[in-house]
Amino acid sequence: MQKRVVFRSWWLPYLLVLPQIAVTLVFFIWPAYQALETSFYIEDAFGFSRNFVGLENFRALFNDPGYLRSFWTTLVFGVSVTFLSMSIALALAVCANRVIRSATTYRTFLIWPYAVAPALAGVIWFFMMNPSLGIIAYWLESLFGYDWNHYVNGREALIMVIIAAAWKQISYNFLFFLAGMQSIPKSMIEAAAIDGASPTRRFWTIVFPLLSPTTFFLLVVNLVYAFFDTFAIIHATTSGGPADATSILVYRVYSTGFVGQDYGSSAAQSVILMGIVIVMTVIQFRYVERRVNY
Amino acid sequence: MVENRPFLKILTHAVLILGVLFLCFPVWMALVASTHPGDALVRSPIPMWFGDQAVENYTTLLSGGVAEAGGVPVLRMMWNSLLMALGITFGKIAVSLLAAYAIVYFRFPFRMGFFWLIFITLMLPIEVRILPTYDIVTNLGMLNSYWGLTVPLIASATATFLFRQFFLTIPDELVEAARIDRAGPIRFFFDILLPLSRTNIAALFIILFIFGWNQYLWPFIITTDVDLYTVVMGIQRMVNIGEGLPIWHLTMGTAILALIPPVVVVLAMQRLFVKGLVESEK
Repeated sequence: MQKRVVFRSWWLPYLLVLPQIAVTLVFFIWPAYQALETSFYIEDAFGFSRNFVGLENFRALFNDPGYLRSFWTTLVFGVSVTFLSMSIALALAVCANRVIRSATTYRTFLIWPYAVAPALAGVIWFFMMNPSLGIIAYWLESLFGYDWNHYVNGREALIMVIIAAAWKQISYNFLFFLAGMQSIPKSMIEAAAIDGASPTRRFWTIVFPLLSPTTFFLLVVNLVYAFFDTFAIIHATTSGGPADATSILVYRVYSTGFVGQDYGSSAAQSVILMGIVIVMTVIQFRYVERRVNY
Repeated sequence: MVENRPFLKILTHAVLILGVLFLCFPVWMALVASTHPGDALVRSPIPMWFGDQAVENYTTLLSGGVAEAGGVPVLRMMWNSLLMALGITFGKIAVSLLAAYAIVYFRFPFRMGFFWLIFITLMLPIEVRILPTYDIVTNLGMLNSYWGLTVPLIASATATFLFRQFFLTIPDELVEAARIDRAGPIRFFFDILLPLSRTNIAALFIILFIFGWNQYLWPFIITTDVDLYTVVMGIQRMVNIGEGLPIWHLTMGTAILALIPPVVVVLAMQRLFVKGLVESEK
């Protein structure tokens, strides 16, 4: 935790942590506290006065079918993005781990989307799926006779943002799976091969179980990504629509607060989201500590 | 590999090629679209090969911008993005280096309290506390300024942890030697610790630069002045206006311009990037 040999000074360490702590207090802790406080009040329309209402904002939220639907949308969205990007990345990592020549070339072509901003991923997929000129909408129409229109069909809009969000995240998962696989001792796999285990069997009985720490870590990271970092994808393309079909929880915090100007409700939503992040971070860290020992 | 299975080998390459195609195709389409005149992109099927308007389109974008979307030149937006990204990156690295140094190399009251305070920032992503943070920035008069774009984002738990982890692996003998030579803490930091941390700083730089460049919600909220628009956020205006107008070629051109800098950084410094990513997330 700390060095055996340290420097001695009563003021220098405080000076050193000051910038970080100042930013943390002013821009992280204070707003979080404000959100917590505001969530117990209802403000009048002009912001002149506010009344303490206890848990009324929270009660209203959980009685609001729109908010409950957002929970469900977020869950569907998060699980789909996580599953899609992780399974594709795992398949690619397994393959990339097998090839010896041209492995670096493949890797180069597979990692760059990490650097593409979620907003741009959203905009580009939005363009490709545009009902009147998008290439994918065109293929769906001409090959399957399917009439794609995410402007009116909420399910299709959700599918579009799921694909865009998953597309961007594949590279990240790929790199971690590849790193995880390279740390599995070759001798184990060779021993299984000598015993006559087929490549499929070797994967499911050796590689996949040994990857479970990586898989679990990625599961949490991907869910956090899908719940929070995808705001830009939704905002830049569907704006939560049509008819709230893609309005995930983080988008709702924003639209309730900035568009709807309902500060109490927005703050209550912030508090709920903070609860979710805290739970996820705790899960992640408890598990990371376990991994260090093993 | 362990045995020779030609079919499996073909399958392996097929899957990888399919993966590469899936990842590259969207950007290919965007690139192609950005080289056509606007009216080539109004009905299906749109062209799959380059047009002849590349120079015109990109000149329009870089110098004049899209008139319908406020007419901010994309070059201007990219400059703002660069300033914001560098500000966030240098800020985060400097602030985290100092904090990690204090926590590892000094013993002082509330040391662990500070450590946990920094840790908590992990649990408060900007999207979650956006409204109150906006209020605070407004009260501090930091709206529409480069300060407002960067300072509220420079606290970093991950960077602090990474440096702390690294400092803990540095042998104690170095500190002892430095102290025998009568070097003080500041001298030790600049002459020994900083040079040793070079690789870690570089690896982190890449990750943080991408993080900074790709910010969306924060610049969107706190800039109303078009001269401060960043490119990742500015594209959203073109999309919204572009619904009715044939400006998809310009929108896609902007998307390409916006993704070039971070992608180039990743590809040019691949080794450091992988190191930075895998280590900073652990």
